[in-house]
Amino acid sequence: MSTHLHNQLHNPSLLAVRDLCVEFATRKGPVTAVRAVNLQVAKGETLGIVGESGSGKSVTSYAVMRILDRAGRIVSGGIEFGGMQLHGADEATMSDLRGREISMIFQNPRAALNPIRPVGKQIEDVLIRHAQATHDQAKAKAIEALEKVRIRDAAKRYHAYPFELSGGMCQRVVIAIALACRPQLLIADEPTTGLDVTTQKAVMELVRELTRSEGMSTLLITHDLGLAGEYCDRIVVMEKGEVVEQQDTKGLFTAPAHPYTRRLIRSTPHSAATIRDLLPDDLRTPLPPAVAVSEEPLLEVKDLVKVFEAPSSFIQRLRGRRESGYRAVDGISFSIARGESVGLVGESGCGKSTTSAMVMRLLDSSSGSIRFKGHELTAVSAAQFARTPQRRELQMVFQDPHESLNPRATAAQSIADPLRRLEGMTDGAAIRARVEELAAQVGLPLELLDRLPHQLSGGQKARVGIARAISTKPELLILDEPTAALDVSVQAVVLNLLADLKAQSGMSYLFVSHDLEVVRLLCDRVIVMRAGSIVEEGPTAQVLSNPQAEYTRELLSAIPRPAHLPGHGAQAALVVGAGAA
Amino acid sequence: MTDITVNTLAAAPRSSAWSRGYAHFRYVMTSNPVTLLAFVMLAAMILIAVFGPLLVPHDPLATAADKALKPPSLQHWFGTDQLGRDVFSRVIVATRLDLLISVSAVALSFFVGVAMGACAGYWGGWFDKLSGRLLDTIMAFPLFVLAMGIVAAAGNTIQNIVIATAIINLPFYARVARAEVSIRRNAGFVQAARLSGNTELRILIEKILPNTLPPMMVQLSLNMGWAILNAAGLSFIGLGVRPPTAEWGIMVAEGANYIVSGEWWLALFPGAALMLAVFTFNLLGDGLRDLVDPQRRT
Repeated sequence: MSTHLHNQLHNPSLLAVRDLCVEFATRKGPVTAVRAVNLQVAKGETLGIVGESGSGKSVTSYAVMRILDRAGRIVSGGIEFGGMQLHGADEATMSDLRGREISMIFQNPRAALNPIRPVGKQIEDVLIRHAQATHDQAKAKAIEALEKVRIRDAAKRYHAYPFELSGGMCQRVVIAIALACRPQLLIADEPTTGLDVTTQKAVMELVRELTRSEGMSTLLITHDLGLAGEYCDRIVVMEKGEVVEQQDTKGLFTAPAHPYTRRLIRSTPHSAATIRDLLPDDLRTPLPPAVAVSEEPLLEVKDLVKVFEAPSSFIQRLRGRRESGYRAVDGISFSIARGESVGLVGESGCGKSTTSAMVMRLLDSSSGSIRFKGHELTAVSAAQFARTPQRRELQMVFQDPHESLNPRATAAQSIADPLRRLEGMTDGAAIRARVEELAAQVGLPLELLDRLPHQLSGGQKARVGIARAISTKPELLILDEPTAALDVSVQAVVLNLLADLKAQSGMSYLFVSHDLEVVRLLCDRVIVMRAGSIVEEGPTAQVLSNPQAEYTRELLSAIPRPAHLPGHGAQAALVVGAGAA
Repeated sequence: MTDITVNTLAAAPRSSAWSRGYAHFRYVMTSNPVTLLAFVMLAAMILIAVFGPLLVPHDPLATAADKALKPPSLQHWFGTDQLGRDVFSRVIVATRLDLLISVSAVALSFFVGVAMGACAGYWGGWFDKLSGRLLDTIMAFPLFVLAMGIVAAAGNTIQNIVIATAIINLPFYARVARAEVSIRRNAGFVQAARLSGNTELRILIEKILPNTLPPMMVQLSLNMGWAILNAAGLSFIGLGVRPPTAEWGIMVAEGANYIVSGEWWLALFPGAALMLAVFTFNLLGDGLRDLVDPQRRT
């Protein structure tokens, strides 16, 4: 290996990918996933690869690690790492390299860890595999590694299993494993997707600090332009398997050369944008008129509590003792007026999804009242609620558009389901006509109606979910992170669709989200929740520009805001100019 | 990887469900020659079961003392047995009975087992506990011995063979169904179905159960093989089908006595038919799963 290290004196780039082409064998013949990609990572540099799903950004990194699945193969091009040719290297060389010279951290940290082995042992395994430690000192070194990623009580956490740790903690352990052997290159594939903003900030700063102090290079693969803008020196933008632009970060934001980059920058929500600004020019229509918010409350929630009982053992029950349960929602009160859209914001575990499930009557509350148009909803149990007339007036759009569609039902069947059950429609032709009308309303091409969910893209599935939710013309629609699983450009379209639908029908929205920037775009009022309680509530503009609670300030400061993104300084005018050009 | 496959989907023209189903069937058949072989063998077996008795060259029950124990010849392809009956005709005619026993036994245990497992997996509670212990009890016995016991106690009829075979296969379906249903009972699409006003029973039957079909199909075809072996095994030890009815198990049992004296064809041919049938069903599993799995469609 040492001879390769010397080569770097002549070759400043640590990793060089040249004309890389990757193909996947599919039922319809070979598909090119990555086409003629060129990129270099210099020593000590942080390079971001930004692109939407299907852009080939992950495939590129898998090709570098040589961990493409069986259907994929490198067709042509070269990958050079520290003077070594990786594209032709045999498996033994690669497995020696992986973990020691190049490490990778993945999107889902819990899935990347062995669920039945203590995390400390998993760090030891890597150390011993790459001869960085002997069996005697492995434990001490593993604890040291855990301390380095700032896990408190490292000696105690050494024995913890992944399921005992939070998502952020798991990602720290994965980082500890990745950095245990002091690799020269760290590939981070969406390392913070699915983590809370405050956790994201802590994890990314940890990565930045550790890689800097060790002089490592980092390849950050993300869909989030804001994140890449804050943490990367240089950014490569990929679209449909090709690199469309690479520039240093400042240049990319201030003078984006490629139209796709401009579109991507524009779709990223930021404080200065209105909801229409996110759309490309050709799709932009005037903002819909604001819906008049009436005084009359549509939904009133009072002292709502949900306690999840802890499982008690047989002995405990005999003694008549029960452990006090976990109070997921701890006495919250709020109201939503007719025509209003309210954002419910908080990090994972704050009780926002439990609250929405109770309001939606998918879950029984422990105590408190939910009044909808004067009816007490808690009077009917969640299991019986399907038969009440309020069912059709309360609908929901789910977080994961894929998981919320029956894999065996076509788009049309999914949309027709509430029509049959709640509207009592039985005539096939009438149902089809209504389904087509709804599809047109949400902008779903009619020829897609007979497809199964796995044959649709993420944005198309989101539209099916929205069409299904509005099919009964509900008065209150709960949107549970409806865009969390979508690409930014699709998110822009879906958010605008939601705004238009609200303007047309005068529905009220309860918008559950972790993303304050998205809430800013769509909501009149915002409620910030933490640990089952409301910490702050008020008009969106006021809460976001002048937060009163310490926690709200923390949330706001954790949002990645590259200095060059519009709305953050003098460059704003420049970008708008470039975008319009 | 999914991103890439999604993007490559050709914008197929709208076509009827039938033609899409046929296209998928053709794809599954051509993509895996083993599946194609299994389906061809299955089709042949079904044809033989339906039309076999009309086509056989000799009466399977007609005895002829002068022709007893003749080796395979042009006239008697598989030879003749100790009573001079044509072995070929008997093997062909037996197909219907053996398939009938195994298909009805498997169908019975499939429906009862899936119903039990699905209710246990969806609602849990006392029914889950009760049915779980019941299935544990069944599984605590050596299954073939249990089947022997049931047939011996309930009486030596074809109906009882079917019931016994169904009972010993019940736990497999119930357990697979319970596991598959319970992982889906709070899935996103199930929550969405609740919001759409579906009753719980309708959600279970219309939304969840069809999604559990792919793993059930593998179980089903493996069990078909076992059920045939089980029925033949019961006949072999003298329970179940009684002579002179043509049935593979009895024919192997009767023929076994003659192997030592050199008349190998009596046991070999029905044994081979039995083996081919079990082999067909074992091969069928993956193909059936691919057929009912919508994710495999494009």
